[in-house]
Amino acid sequence: MYSVLLILIPLLGGVVSFFIKSERSARINSLFTSLLSLGVVLAGLLFYREDKYWIHDGAWLSVFNSSFSLKADGLSKIFILLNALAYVLLFVSGWKVTYHNINRFYGLFLLTQAGMTGTFLAYDALLFYFFWELALIPMYFLCSQWGGPRRISVTLKFFIYTFAGSVLMLVSILYLYSKTSGMSFSFQEFADTRLQPARQIWLFWLFFIGLAIKMPVFPLHTWQPDTYEQSPYPGTAVLSAVMAKMGLFGLLRWLFHVLPIASFQWADFITPLALSGAIYASLLAFRQDDLKRFAAYSSMAHMGLLCAASFAQNLMGFQGVMLQAFNHGINILGLWIIVEIIERKTGTRKMSELGGLSQKAPALSVFLMVIALANIALPLTNSFPGEFLMISGIFTTLSKYNVWFTVLAGLGIILGAVYMLNMIRKVFFGEEKESVFAVTDISWNEKTALGIIVGIILVLGVYPQLLLQETSATAGAINEKFEIVRKAVLEQLLK
Amino acid sequence: MQNNSPVFYLIPLLPLIGFLINGLGRRILSKTAIALVGSGVVLGSFLLSLLVFFQVKSGSTFNPHYFTIFSVDYLTVPFAFKIDPLSSLFLLIITGVGFLIHVYSAAYMHHEDQPHYGRYFSYLNLFVFFMLLLVLGSNFVVLFIGWEGVGLCSYLLIGYWFKNQDYTRAANKAFIMNRIGDVAFLVALFWMITKFHSVTFSDVLSIPNINAKLKPVDITIITLLLFIGATGKSAQIPLYTWLPDAMAGPTPVSALIHAATMVTAGIYMVARCSFLYNMAPVTQQIVASVGIVTALTAATIALKQFDIKKVLAYSTVSQLGFMFLALGSGAYVAAVFHVMTHAFFKALLFLGSGSVIHAMGGEQDIRNMGGLKQKLKITWFTFLTGCIAIAGIPPLSGFFSKDAILLGAYLNDPLLYGLALIGAMLTAFYMFRLLFITFHGEFRGTEHQKHHLHESPPAMTIPLIILAVLSAVGGWIGIPSALMHGGDRITGFLEPSVVTLKTHHLSHSKEYLLMALSSGVALISVFVAGLFYRNYKPAEVRGFGKVLENKWYVDEFYDKLIVRPLDRLALWLKQFTEPKLIDGFINGIGKSVQWSSRTIRYLQSGQTGSYILLMVISMVVLLAIQFFVKK
Repeated sequence: MYSVLLILIPLLGGVVSFFIKSERSARINSLFTSLLSLGVVLAGLLFYREDKYWIHDGAWLSVFNSSFSLKADGLSKIFILLNALAYVLLFVSGWKVTYHNINRFYGLFLLTQAGMTGTFLAYDALLFYFFWELALIPMYFLCSQWGGPRRISVTLKFFIYTFAGSVLMLVSILYLYSKTSGMSFSFQEFADTRLQPARQIWLFWLFFIGLAIKMPVFPLHTWQPDTYEQSPYPGTAVLSAVMAKMGLFGLLRWLFHVLPIASFQWADFITPLALSGAIYASLLAFRQDDLKRFAAYSSMAHMGLLCAASFAQNLMGFQGVMLQAFNHGINILGLWIIVEIIERKTGTRKMSELGGLSQKAPALSVFLMVIALANIALPLTNSFPGEFLMISGIFTTLSKYNVWFTVLAGLGIILGAVYMLNMIRKVFFGEEKESVFAVTDISWNEKTALGIIVGIILVLGVYPQLLLQETSATAGAINEKFEIVRKAVLEQLLK
Repeated sequence: MQNNSPVFYLIPLLPLIGFLINGLGRRILSKTAIALVGSGVVLGSFLLSLLVFFQVKSGSTFNPHYFTIFSVDYLTVPFAFKIDPLSSLFLLIITGVGFLIHVYSAAYMHHEDQPHYGRYFSYLNLFVFFMLLLVLGSNFVVLFIGWEGVGLCSYLLIGYWFKNQDYTRAANKAFIMNRIGDVAFLVALFWMITKFHSVTFSDVLSIPNINAKLKPVDITIITLLLFIGATGKSAQIPLYTWLPDAMAGPTPVSALIHAATMVTAGIYMVARCSFLYNMAPVTQQIVASVGIVTALTAATIALKQFDIKKVLAYSTVSQLGFMFLALGSGAYVAAVFHVMTHAFFKALLFLGSGSVIHAMGGEQDIRNMGGLKQKLKITWFTFLTGCIAIAGIPPLSGFFSKDAILLGAYLNDPLLYGLALIGAMLTAFYMFRLLFITFHGEFRGTEHQKHHLHESPPAMTIPLIILAVLSAVGGWIGIPSALMHGGDRITGFLEPSVVTLKTHHLSHSKEYLLMALSSGVALISVFVAGLFYRNYKPAEVRGFGKVLENKWYVDEFYDKLIVRPLDRLALWLKQFTEPKLIDGFINGIGKSVQWSSRTIRYLQSGQTGSYILLMVISMVVLLAIQFFVKK
């Protein structure tokens, strides 16, 4: 029942929002809804830890043997926590920002939360697909109606691109469905299906491309910078902080469990692809002038590393990925909030027109400094243990190219510092430019939101075990699946 | 004292608290309060470190364990400390010299606006905090936290005057060059993790474990990667160019970076890993070679610099080269000993140069100085002490530590000794060149500057005097046993922490000869420098001197080889690959779909006749396929 509640709260809050007339009530409704979601998630993590609270089995499309089956494992839990936190932080930091038709804006926005929560909980493949699309569709409307000047063409591209990915994923889900022993969509049936390695390969690619577009992984990323640039800030923030994780989640919960052999076989191809994508994105981030595109490429670089570390397919890598997925969400959220503040206060987001902000807004620059350092994985910030474990996972993988993969990842780390410090230098240091003359420091609500983010950054930087213990069982389960595959492959080699 | 004694965690915690108080209260607290908090916490750490030092000296070691940072699979990384002779000695250097720099800063930075004053002290405290963490950690991860942490603080302090974009660029350069080394360091850690399943010193640095789990090639790779990390932090070739640029920060910061913290981290780390390095002869050779080449390169550059701080900066790079020469020769104690004496005289020299800059109203070019001896008596005298110490003239501290290094080099390879002797000669020469040009001869500055000349306030001169005393007598804990029986106390003290394989096989008479040679060379250098520069007249640098003045064009070389190509690659990716190639391909798919749907649309003409025709054609095709593709 508990897990249904998690989907129901934002869903109802979103629907209610459409019928609210006054702007103030719409805000209060959204904040209340998001706080309630967060409260429920936290209560679940702290007090209702047993599985029975987190599992739900209801009737749905019984004709196809698909049921309304939900289950939260450690990975789902931290993603749901990230999701709930993101909405609260965005509502708090955006408390004073107005949008036209704010009730509809926030209504659609909350619907995406419901969709994503469902995606993270679904334990039935058809249901997973259903929520996947449910999260996307309100996002299209958010981008196309509240976006920047190029929103129409950009949203169209975003729509076609991601929809094509979803369809590929659907095809492979339907094929798998036809191969299950009892013609069922249930997760267990999917995971138990034994397919020939040769058949796994093309299924794997269909499924993986669907997920890779979402993350996005090089070279399937070109929808992303445009969409991030043209979407309204809360939309962009959620897209990169949470929605990108849907791809990662699909990888870890679905693809790896269902098609482990092909996943194992193609790891040596995907890892360097994702890592060079990270380097590629870092180089592009270095050359961006627009802060939104800068953050977009930075996010893509981090997602590349997350994808690569997932394909390390060992316990260290999985734990690192799960920890870092949460951290990346928090950090990039902080970055988006700051970019939004800068654009709102100065009227520009071009680095070439900015400069000397730290004199006008010292509090903002302290927050930015901590968040930027977290983004480049400085020790004592949350990303350090995450990246340490991830790259350690990449290094300890069985692949004979492991050292080269690590070198690529290391290059990414260096370039990460290059573009991040370069941005700080251009925007915050130097002489004050015209655009910042009238800037005032941030207000209480922005301080609250950023303060919470910095708090999380430091707590998880010093004591990452807090999250690691939550995900260790889930990571162990995926790892076990690969242990079996590795053993089988090894036996085949010995024959 | 027990492992759970609060003394241990208070040592790093106090500066952290100072950082928080000054950082958060920089707008509320008065300057006096800020200075008191900033210096007070470091003094507190120093007193506690003294307490710990005497405990360690009486033979105890401590391993306080606090909590588990993370534990995944077979790897458990605790937040724990290791307190032994090596770390306790570093604690004293960091907090002791660090405290003096804090006191000095209180006066030197007094003209800064209040919030910036607070910011400055908070960074300084944070710097000390990370450095303490670095030497206290009982495993490589805690060490690495401090390791990257000091990199961060140097970034913050070099870019302290953030309005100047040249300074913030220098700050970025420092951080990024350090990061390059840090990545190598991390790879070394991953290598250890796969082999040892641990990053704790007691597991990794034990000879039975190393023998059981590492092949010689593993040892070589791990030690080499760690050393690359050290070249970043301790400014060795090829990652040294950030250190001279780090002069962009306030002068006391240079003293902190060059003497008490940061650059000594690499020496500490290698000395800590002496077990590993002893078993990697190839790496040892590389360490020693890089050390001596760096020492000579930097010394030659220092010969022709005119910025008072730049001379000192290159001198640091050069002295660090000597320390690596010692490490590579297996003379770990000599390296650590030199870290200590160097901390005294280099802090003294930097703070002294700060006093000069202060008196000259911000002037740093020594061509515009001269004759300062009359007006700045204390500064001159203490600076002179520092110069004698660094030049290696007995009986000041530098003589003993440098002698230990030279001895180590001699035992390793007489060629290295010969090169090191040249290095020692150059050191004495450029230091006294600096002294003579700055303090002797005629005053060459403006009238206004001449009028303004004054000795610095006591908050600045007292640290100078203390450091001068330490520079003079600090070496007496390591008097070679050839000169005084039982004089070499530092070796006995450090013995439990660092393992030296090579033992002395040198007769006393030979040792006397080496000592006489090195002090003789230094004295001659001083004399020659006096001949050339006692009455210095600014003249254009010509010929080969130009190459030295331009630092062998290494910065330009890096710029051409790495920075600009990378920049151009990024631009090319942005302008061509991303929009034209990748996005162009995707858009191409979109366009071709549009085109084909436009074309196919013509088939739906709405005329029954054409539909029937199409149907017939299709059936024929299908039948044909059936016909040819028979099972």
